[in-house]
Amino acid sequence: MHPADEQILKVNGLSKSFFGVKALDNIHFDLKRGEVHALMGENGAGKSTFMKILIGLLKADAGSISFNSEQIENMDVHSIMKKGISMIHQEILMVPELSVAQNIFLGREIKRAYLLDEQAINQQAENLLQSMGLNIKVQTKAKHLSIAELQLVEIAKAVSNNARVIIMDEPSSALSEKEVEILFNTIKDLKSKGVAIIYISHKMEEIFQIADRITVLRDGKFIATKPAAELDKSNLISLMVGRELEELFYANSITQPEVILKVKNLNKKGKFSDINFDVHAGEVLGIAGLMGAGRTEIAKAIYGLDSFDSGEIMLKGKKLEIRSPKEAIREGIGYVSEDRKALGFIPELSVKQNISLSSILNYSKSWFIDENKEEKASSKIAKQLNIKASGLNQKVMNLSGGNQQKVVIARVLMASPSLIILDEPTRGIDIGAKHEIYKLIRKLTESGLAVIMISSELPEILGMSNRILVLSKGKQKTILTQKEASQEKIMQYALH
Amino acid sequence: MHYIKNLRQYGIFIVFSIICLIISFISPQFLTVSNWTIIITQVSINALLAFGVTFVIITGGIDLSLGSIVAVAGVSAAMLAHPDSYPVLVPVFAGLLAGLLIGAFNGFIITKSKIAPFIVTLGTMTIGRGLALILSNGRPVSNLSEPFVFIGSGKIMNIPVLIVILVLMFILCSIILNKTILGRYIYAVGGNEQAARASGINVTQVKMAVYSISGLLAGLAGILLTSRITTGQPNAGAGFELDAIAAVVIGGTSTTGGKGTIAGTLIGVLLIGVINNSLDLLNVTSYYQQVVMGIIIIGAVVLDSLNQKSNS
Repeated sequence: MHPADEQILKVNGLSKSFFGVKALDNIHFDLKRGEVHALMGENGAGKSTFMKILIGLLKADAGSISFNSEQIENMDVHSIMKKGISMIHQEILMVPELSVAQNIFLGREIKRAYLLDEQAINQQAENLLQSMGLNIKVQTKAKHLSIAELQLVEIAKAVSNNARVIIMDEPSSALSEKEVEILFNTIKDLKSKGVAIIYISHKMEEIFQIADRITVLRDGKFIATKPAAELDKSNLISLMVGRELEELFYANSITQPEVILKVKNLNKKGKFSDINFDVHAGEVLGIAGLMGAGRTEIAKAIYGLDSFDSGEIMLKGKKLEIRSPKEAIREGIGYVSEDRKALGFIPELSVKQNISLSSILNYSKSWFIDENKEEKASSKIAKQLNIKASGLNQKVMNLSGGNQQKVVIARVLMASPSLIILDEPTRGIDIGAKHEIYKLIRKLTESGLAVIMISSELPEILGMSNRILVLSKGKQKTILTQKEASQEKIMQYALH
Repeated sequence: MHYIKNLRQYGIFIVFSIICLIISFISPQFLTVSNWTIIITQVSINALLAFGVTFVIITGGIDLSLGSIVAVAGVSAAMLAHPDSYPVLVPVFAGLLAGLLIGAFNGFIITKSKIAPFIVTLGTMTIGRGLALILSNGRPVSNLSEPFVFIGSGKIMNIPVLIVILVLMFILCSIILNKTILGRYIYAVGGNEQAARASGINVTQVKMAVYSISGLLAGLAGILLTSRITTGQPNAGAGFELDAIAAVVIGGTSTTGGKGTIAGTLIGVLLIGVINNSLDLLNVTSYYQQVVMGIIIIGAVVLDSLNQKSNS
């Protein structure tokens, strides 16, 4: 066996420019066998450029990468994967109609006399999953798996490819606490087998739970590599952003007595039942619960994206009969989806066009768009929300995740809602943008807006909410006030 | 940097200009007013179809029923256009209505059934052809009034009426796509249908609108064709949809939706016209013309996808 601290990967002086702009500037990095090495930095710090070079998707301008003492900086994706470096992407790349086993062996199928040997494929896949302690049936089609299961299968696939280095890009962003635990157990198992892991995440708690060492990048530059034990949350954040950030706490203490939204006995078979709550003006109602507890489903039902079976939704005392988002927006309800790419924005349209999309009738004369008015209004809110783009005419597809999210929020706010539902509003965005969004929510509630915030991040829910509704398996377990609530209490109810 | 990006954006315009320049060196007749009048008159029918289907393709759909709509509209108009029967507006109105109804039918079935537009319009294509044959009893409808024939072959101030209509439709379609709420919604639905719905857009209405516009313009094309050849042919327009879709694709509209312009489509239409015209001028047989056209279609799309790759 190799000694535990043997270096497996060594990166020296890596640089990369795009059109004269330095994306990576003289990066140093090393990885030891069996270590979990977290790579941290705000969006745009250069993490993904770095990883793309590492797996051969991009060529570096300067610098060297040695893997098992072999220079690999000029190899292509396939050679690097064969050498033993695999990446688990944020978006899962699996063929939905193929089985788990077929997906694992995709591209290197086991054959017998030129024909596929399905039996052997299934058998080997099963052995593999069992050895990793995964309880997933290998003949299930990939489309029937949860995101967590897909991710674990991806990891299994990498392992079966003899990966010695596995890069995980935001692996937990779509996972529930329970699923994260499975992921972490798998990671520990991989460590013990000498596999090294580069772990990219925005979630501090996870990093300190799992990482042995942490490397921080900022603006394309190498900032530091330190053992995780030598860092704590606040000095890690200050390494990342280059400044100290105040502790997360933004809830508005003055809520108004006026009830904006009242939900009574809301039911949808198989999704949620007997949901009862109200939201006051200027209040943030947090909704906590594990994945699949029915949080997003309730939001979608209120917003008219999905139907519900029975119950009543009242806005400012008026009973609503909403059948589409169009009607919800007209009544004064806004929704920022957890799935930004699918439901948030139109990638080919510009920042301005996305911002005005839900309220275009306000910027038009009869059938025609008044572009001056549209420009003025969207420019104003883009400034308020500090949207960073090369201009209002830049396509939203070319923005960073945080700025895309701000564009979505801007669109929702432009329709002058009296209630907004924020579903995982800070998922996958960097700390700087996160805090801007928190501050924005605070500002909005101060001006009397009612907010429902769904989040899997407990510190976020605790720091932002006046009251917290906890769901478990489609049932409303409790509504905690800010004073009563704690991470432990929420989890108790959520797991109940 | 900026300059290069613009070059890319206008790639098809530049290719078109270069081709025109080369042809004008080879054939001196090419750059004459009379030759261009011929080219534009020849492409005008295809242009109207291509404008209409541009709307559909930007939403990510497709319309294969265009050729059949041309026939139904043409035959319906011709039947009402005999001399001394009705004023000329009646057959024109009938042709437009026929196109609009078939287009709206496409939109209705596509939005209600969630069946792929390819399949639905393939069905309508066959239905439409059958309707044209039923209406006309399978025979060409001739003996058309003079005012009706004027539409396809007359001139206003020495400019063919066809060209006048083409220019008007070009302006109208450009305005709809660029300046109206409907235009914005069309791009939004094509760019991301789910997000468009979640942003408060009535996706069903938008789709109804684009298929209706496509049908209406195909109806207009049917009237013009009938007027020009002075008969309502139940077999007219077969395969026209493919020429129209080819022009749209050459013009840079993405078949996956969300992207495209009427100006690009016009260039695509003209490019097809210019190539056919110049091969005529150079005495190349029509067999070769088809091969060249196919190569251009594929070439245009390859060029576009290369551009997109280097952009991202």
